[in-house]
Amino acid sequence: MSEKQPILDVRDVSLHFGGVRALSNVAFQVNRGELFAIIGPNGAGKTSMMNCISGRYSPTQGRIFFKGQDITGLPANRRTEVGIGRTFQNLALFGHMTVLENIMVGRHHLLRNNFLTGSLYWFTGARDEELAHRRAVEEIIDFLEISPIRKATAGTLSYGLRKRVELARAIALKPDLILLDEPMAGMNQEEKEDMARYIVDLNEEWGMTVIMIEHDMGVVMDISSRVMVLDFGQRIALGLPDEVINDPYVRKAYLGEDDTPDEPLPPPSVPPELAAVAEANAARRAAR
Amino acid sequence: MASVSMRPCGDFRTSYKDDSRLFDTALTARIGIGFLLALYLLVGLPLAFPGLADWPVLGWFADSYFLSLGIQICLYGVAAMGLNILVGFTGQISLGHAAFFGVGAFSSAWLNNTWGIPVVLAIPLAGLMAAAVGLLFGAPAARIKGLYLAIATLAAQFIIEDLFVRLDWFTGGSSGAMANAPELFGFAFDTDQTYFLFALTITIVLTVLATNLMRTRDGRALVAVRDHYLSAEVMGINLTRYRVMSFGLAAFYAGIGGALYAHYLMFVSAEAFTILLSIQFLGMIIIGGLGSVKGSILGTIFMVLLPEVMAGGMGMLQATEWGNQPFLVNGLAFLREMAIGAAIILFLIFEPDGLAHRWRQIRAYWSLYPFSH
Ligand SMILES: Nc1ncnc2c1ncn2[C@@H]1O[C@H](COP(=O)(O)OP(=O)(O)O)[C@@H](O)[C@H]1O
Ligand SMILES: [Mg+2]
Repeated sequence: MSEKQPILDVRDVSLHFGGVRALSNVAFQVNRGELFAIIGPNGAGKTSMMNCISGRYSPTQGRIFFKGQDITGLPANRRTEVGIGRTFQNLALFGHMTVLENIMVGRHHLLRNNFLTGSLYWFTGARDEELAHRRAVEEIIDFLEISPIRKATAGTLSYGLRKRVELARAIALKPDLILLDEPMAGMNQEEKEDMARYIVDLNEEWGMTVIMIEHDMGVVMDISSRVMVLDFGQRIALGLPDEVINDPYVRKAYLGEDDTPDEPLPPPSVPPELAAVAEANAARRAAR
Repeated sequence: MASVSMRPCGDFRTSYKDDSRLFDTALTARIGIGFLLALYLLVGLPLAFPGLADWPVLGWFADSYFLSLGIQICLYGVAAMGLNILVGFTGQISLGHAAFFGVGAFSSAWLNNTWGIPVVLAIPLAGLMAAAVGLLFGAPAARIKGLYLAIATLAAQFIIEDLFVRLDWFTGGSSGAMANAPELFGFAFDTDQTYFLFALTITIVLTVLATNLMRTRDGRALVAVRDHYLSAEVMGINLTRYRVMSFGLAAFYAGIGGALYAHYLMFVSAEAFTILLSIQFLGMIIIGGLGSVKGSILGTIFMVLLPEVMAGGMGMLQATEWGNQPFLVNGLAFLREMAIGAAIILFLIFEPDGLAHRWRQIRAYWSLYPFSH
C-alpha cells in the first residue's frame, strides 16, 4: 500500500432512515496523518457519517474503503482490528467501571487472554499480559493528565473529565484512524484548549489520523488540515479551513447568514452542482 | 499522588502488579486468608481428634447442624456466583438458574452411576454439561433483552424441569437418582465435617477463578456489554458472543453447585429445582450485591441463615405462654417465605447495591479510623 493512497475513501455514501435522508451521496477522502474536520448544522448528518465509518450503521448506498480494503459490510466490532477507533457525541463510558478499567477495555482486541486463561491468571501468562498492557494504558493516562482519577468510578466524574477518559479509551485501541464526535462540546474554554492540544499531539506525535466533528469554528480553523461541510446530508464544501470559512454558501448554510442584507453573491468557489445543492438547502431552511 | 479511592494512608503501590492484586489491601488479604485457615483448622481438628468435638467452642465446628448450613452456603453460593456473572456482571436476566443447578446435580450422579466416573471428576464434568445446556438455551436468549429474556429463561426453566421427569434413563424419572459421596485416594467425604471441607475447597477455588475472570479481558468485556453495549461494540467486543458466554459460565457454576448438592444429599429428585429456587438465587445476588463476586457469597449466607434465625425466633416465641397460637404453629413455613420476600424488597429499596457495598463502606470506615470523617 502506497503512502499516497488515502487512508479513508468514502465513495458516494447515502444513508436513509425511512423517508429521512441522513446522507446523500457523500464522497470524500482522508489522507494519512490528516486532522480532518467535519462541520455542519445540527442534523446535517455528521454523526451519521461517523456511524457509517465505525460500522454502527451500514450505508444504504455507496462504499467505504479503509487502507484500500472495502469495509462497508464489516461488523462494528471487527473494525478495531483494522485500525478504527472512535468517541461518541453523548457520553458512552462504562459507568460502573473505574477509569483504568474503562481504558483497559480499549485493549480488548489486542489482548489474547480469554475467560479460561484469564480465570487461571497466574498460570497462563494472563497476568503478565494484563500488566504489559497496563503499562501502555498508564502512558495514555499520563498523556491525558488523568492519573489522579484513574481509580475513580467513571460515572461519578465531571463532564469534561468523562470526555477525556473517553478519548483515552479510544486511544487505547491503538487506532490508525480516530473519529472524534464533538470532543469539546459542553466544555469551558480552558478544557477546550486542553482538549485541542491533546488532539494536535495525538495527530502529530502519536501519528494518528483524526476525523473530528466540531462546532467551535475557532478550534476548527486553528487545528484542522482540511474541513468538510455537511448540510442536510449533503457535502456542500470541502477544502482548506480558510477556503471553507470564506465560502459564501457555507456562510449561508452553516453560519446562518441568511438574513444579512441582500448583496450579490460572489461567483461560487464550489462546483456548480454543489452550489445548487447549497442553495436548495438554504431555501428549505428558510421554508421551515 | 492523590487517589480518590478509599485506601489507608501510606499504602502506596509501587508497581502495577501490586496494584492489581486479588485483595485490595494487605490487611484484607491477611484477614481473609486467616479466616479461611482458621475455618479449616477448626473443622479439621475435631475431625482428626474426635475427642476435641466435646470441647465448648470447637464442638460447634463438629456439629452437623452448623456444618450443614456451611455446606448449603457453599453449594448455593457457587451457583449464586454463576448467576451474578450473568445478571450482575453482564446485565442479563435469568429465571431458570435452578434448572441448570438441577442439570449439574443429575449429570454428576448419572456420570458416576452409569459410567463409573469418580465423583471428583464427575463434578467438573457435570459443570461442563450444565454449561453446554446453558449455551444451548443461551444462544437464542442472547439475542433478546429485558422482559422477553425473562420469559425465555422462564421457558427454559419449565422445559428442563419437565425433562427431569421424562428422561428416565438420565434422572431416574419421578423416583429420582441416588448419588455417591466423593472419594479421593480412598478417602471418602461422607460425613458433614469432611464434606464441608470438600465443598469449601471447591467454593474457594471457584471464587478465586471468578475474581480473576473479572479482572481480565473477558470479565471486563462482560461488564462493558452491561454498562454500554454500543461502545462495547466499538471497543471490538462481539456482543452476542459475550452474552452467550455469560450464559455458559453461569450454567457452569450452577452445575458445579448442583453437583455438590447431589453428592451431599446423596439423592437427587426433580422437585428440588423449581422456579422457587431460581427466584431464591436471584434474591441471593440482589441481597449480596449485583456485580460482586464476594456479594454472591454474602447474599447466600444471608438467605441460608435467615430462615434458620426466623425458625429460632419462632421457637422462642412458641415457648412463651401465648406461643401455641395457631397462626404461629401453622404459619412457620409461610413466615419464612414472607421473610425472604420482605428481605429482598427491603434491600431493593434501602440497599440496592447489596451487602457487598455495605461491607466496603464498613471497611473503608475502619481502615481510616479514627479519622473517618
Ligand atoms: N437512528 C436514526 N433513526 C432515524 N433517524 C436518524 C437516526 N440517526 C440519525 N437520524 C436522522 O438523520 C439526520 C442526521 O442526524 P445526525 O447524523 O445525528 O446529525 P448531526 O450529527 O450532524 O447533528 C437527522 O435528521 C436525524 O434525525
Ligand atoms: Mg451529531
